[in-house]
Order: sequence, then structure tokens, then C-alpha cells
Amino acid sequence: MKTPFINSVAAIIGKDLRAEMRARELVSVMALFALLSILVFSFALELDREAREEAVSGVLWVTLIFASLLGFNRSMAQERDQGNLDALLLAPISRAAIFVGKLLGNFIFTLIVALAILPLMTALYGLALLDGWIIVTTTLGIFGFATIGTLLATMTVQTQAREALLPIAMLPIALPFLLTAVRATKGVLSGAPAAEWQGPLGMLAAITVIYLVLCLLLYEYVLEE
Amino acid sequence: MSDERALIDVENLSKAYGGMPVLRGLNFHVRPGEFVALLGANGSGKSTLLRLLSGLSKPTTGAIRVGGWEMPGEAMAVRAQIGLVTHQPLLYQNLTARENLDFFGKLYGIGREERDRRITDLLRKVGLRKRADSLVRTFSRGMKQRLSIARASLHQPDVLLLDEPYSGLDQAAIERLDEILFAGLDAGRTIIMSTHQLERVPRSAGRALVLSRGRITFDDATGSRDMSEIYRSASA
Repeated sequence: MKTPFINSVAAIIGKDLRAEMRARELVSVMALFALLSILVFSFALELDREAREEAVSGVLWVTLIFASLLGFNRSMAQERDQGNLDALLLAPISRAAIFVGKLLGNFIFTLIVALAILPLMTALYGLALLDGWIIVTTTLGIFGFATIGTLLATMTVQTQAREALLPIAMLPIALPFLLTAVRATKGVLSGAPAAEWQGPLGMLAAITVIYLVLCLLLYEYVLEE
Repeated sequence: MSDERALIDVENLSKAYGGMPVLRGLNFHVRPGEFVALLGANGSGKSTLLRLLSGLSKPTTGAIRVGGWEMPGEAMAVRAQIGLVTHQPLLYQNLTARENLDFFGKLYGIGREERDRRITDLLRKVGLRKRADSLVRTFSRGMKQRLSIARASLHQPDVLLLDEPYSGLDQAAIERLDEILFAGLDAGRTIIMSTHQLERVPRSAGRALVLSRGRITFDDATGSRDMSEIYRSASA
């Protein structure tokens, strides 16, 4: 009677990827915003090389966070606009499958943008951002951010002021991700000993797991009227 | 009192939003194969009742059983037996007609071969075979509504709930929709159709249920009676 969890998740991700490949409404907007953001920061910090090196991890994460907010909003709006969320809720699948499907779609789109801007930032800022540990930190941070973003976007998309409400609701809750991700990135970039940045990285992983469990538990209630 | 032969069993059903009652103590049963016309003015609670029956909303008090499964505890089993068509198409604009049906087929756990067979068959029945690979965003309102019926029928549900399905359609599209719904595709299926357009109730509707201010004011066989007459007397 109930469709297997993994099949439901795969169907939702497949649908999101297919729709995005055709419409290019999410990744293109996120990438354009990210590009403009890093260019603006690059020009603003151009005169002071030291300040630029200090600020680059902050620039990376602020850019990714605001770009992802655009994507999460748009992704859930697609479900809401034609009443499609009702069609998902009518299917004999668990609410957790809807959450995980949407989360992984949001994660993939944001990761594509991140992987596109890392080489660009390397060129513009003259720092080795294409480092293995930077990519691990970025992937983990984006996953955590997509977790909380998917939950909150599902809530805010049901309101009229959804574009404004999502950042207001999300930024305070996502602050632990931002702080630990910036610290870990900064540590790796500065060439500090692994012991110095592995702590924040471990904390980022722990926060991500806690938020993931909480979001899975709460999602069913968020979908209720 | 529950009816053992009933497919849908509603007992003392109430729904309130923020303390404001929308439905008040409804009791009715629907037997397999019945076609019930759910009538009422705008705001009488028709859409809320259909959302409750489909499991999209939870009752404030009362019980709903569909095919013996109780909601909300067994909502998953109930949802597998229900198809819903609303005035919104519930379709993805950036997917083709076939891709939309394929996606929903996967969500309902229909195997690939069976899914392909049903999709081809349904697209033919709703007259969209030639547009199977066109994006839904290029469809007219009438075509979207026909595809919506195919979506709601894909998992062969026992019950089809139609919430103002004619809303926004021109005369030709309405006639085409009637043809699909009542002449071929869903003959023999249990149907509850809500509308405030009395002239749109098909002759095959054997029973009328009138809602007024959240209460049932008429529930009987239509017989040879005129719908307008039933509605006027029930709303008075």
C-alpha cells in the first residue's frame, strides 16, 4: 500500500532535476547572484590584500547562504504554485520521503553553484580554495543549510510574504552552521595545523546531524494546516 | 451509525479553522459505485469536506472511514484509494504530460511496465496522445484539466473526488470533460463531485447532498427532480 521510501525520494529528486534541466530557474538565478556577490566583494576588498585573505571564507559562506535562500524559496514555490504540494501529499508516501527528496534536490543545486564559484574565487582572490578539505567543509555546510532551509521554506512558502520571511526565519537558526563553517574554512585556508580546524569541522557535522533529525521529526507537523 | 455496505463512512464530522466552524456534525455514507453531487454556495464547506475525505486535512472531531480504513490513523491506505481533481491541475508545468504521469505513477508504486501501459492508455482516453511529449505549460486550461483526470485515475482509485472540476473551462472543454469522466473513463467508480453550478451536475448523479453553512440540509436520491428545485428547497 505504501510506496517504498527510497523509491519516493528518488522519484522526487528525479522530477526536480528534470524540471530544472528544462527550465533552469533555480541554478541560473543562484549562480548569477553568487557571481555578482563575489565580484562585488572582490572589488570592495581589492586594495587591501590582507583584508581580502582574512575575509574570503566569510565571503564564500555569505554568498552561498544568500544564493541558497533564493533556490530554496523557488524550489518550494514550484510545489505550491499549481497546488502540486497537495498532489505530493495525496500520494501514499511518507512525509519524510517528501522532505528528504526536496532536501537532496536543494543540496544538489546549491552544491553545483558552490563548485562553480570555488575556481572563480580562487582566480579572483588568489587563494587555494580548490582544496580537498575546503570542498568537504563546503559540502557539509551546504547539506546542513539545505536541511534547515527545506523545512523553513515549506513553512514560509505558505505565507504571502515568503520571499522576505525565509531569510528572517532562517538566518538566526542557521547561525551555528555559518560560524562553524567559516571557522573551518578559514583554518584550512590559513594552513593552520589540522587540529585547529578539525574541531569546527566536527562540530559542523554534529550540528548537521542534529538538525537533520529534528527536521525529519518536525516536517509532518509543518505540512499540516 | 455506520453502514456495513458503505465505501465511505462519515460520522459526526466537524472541522474548524482557528475556532471558526466550517463543517458541523456531518453524518453520511456513500456506497460503492454511487455518484454523489455535492452542492452548496461558495463558502458552504464543500472543498473542506473533500479535503477531509482525501486525507489532506484532519477533522477537528468525528470519524471518516474509506474502504474500512480509518483516518487520520490509516490515512496512507485511504490516500491510495482516492483520486482528486480540483480546479487547480496539480501538475508540474516544466514536465511533459507523460513525465507528469510517470512521476505520479512512481509515487503510487506502480511498476515500470504497468505504468507505461496505463499512461499510454490514459493519454489516449483523455485525448492527449499526440501531446504526450509536450510541456504542460503549453497546454490550454481544458487540456490541463483532462491530464489532471488522467493523473487522478492513474492508480485506479476506488473513489474519485472532483472539486469544482469545470471551474474556468469553456463550453467545449466542459463537454469534453463530461465525455471523459462520465461516459468512458470512470464508469462504475464511486464519485463525489462538488459544484455550485447546478446546470453542470450530470444526469448520472443519482444522489444530491446539499451543504449550507457547514451542515447537510439535503441528502437523498435525485430521482427525476430538478437540481435547482432540490437546491432551492435545501438552502431555504
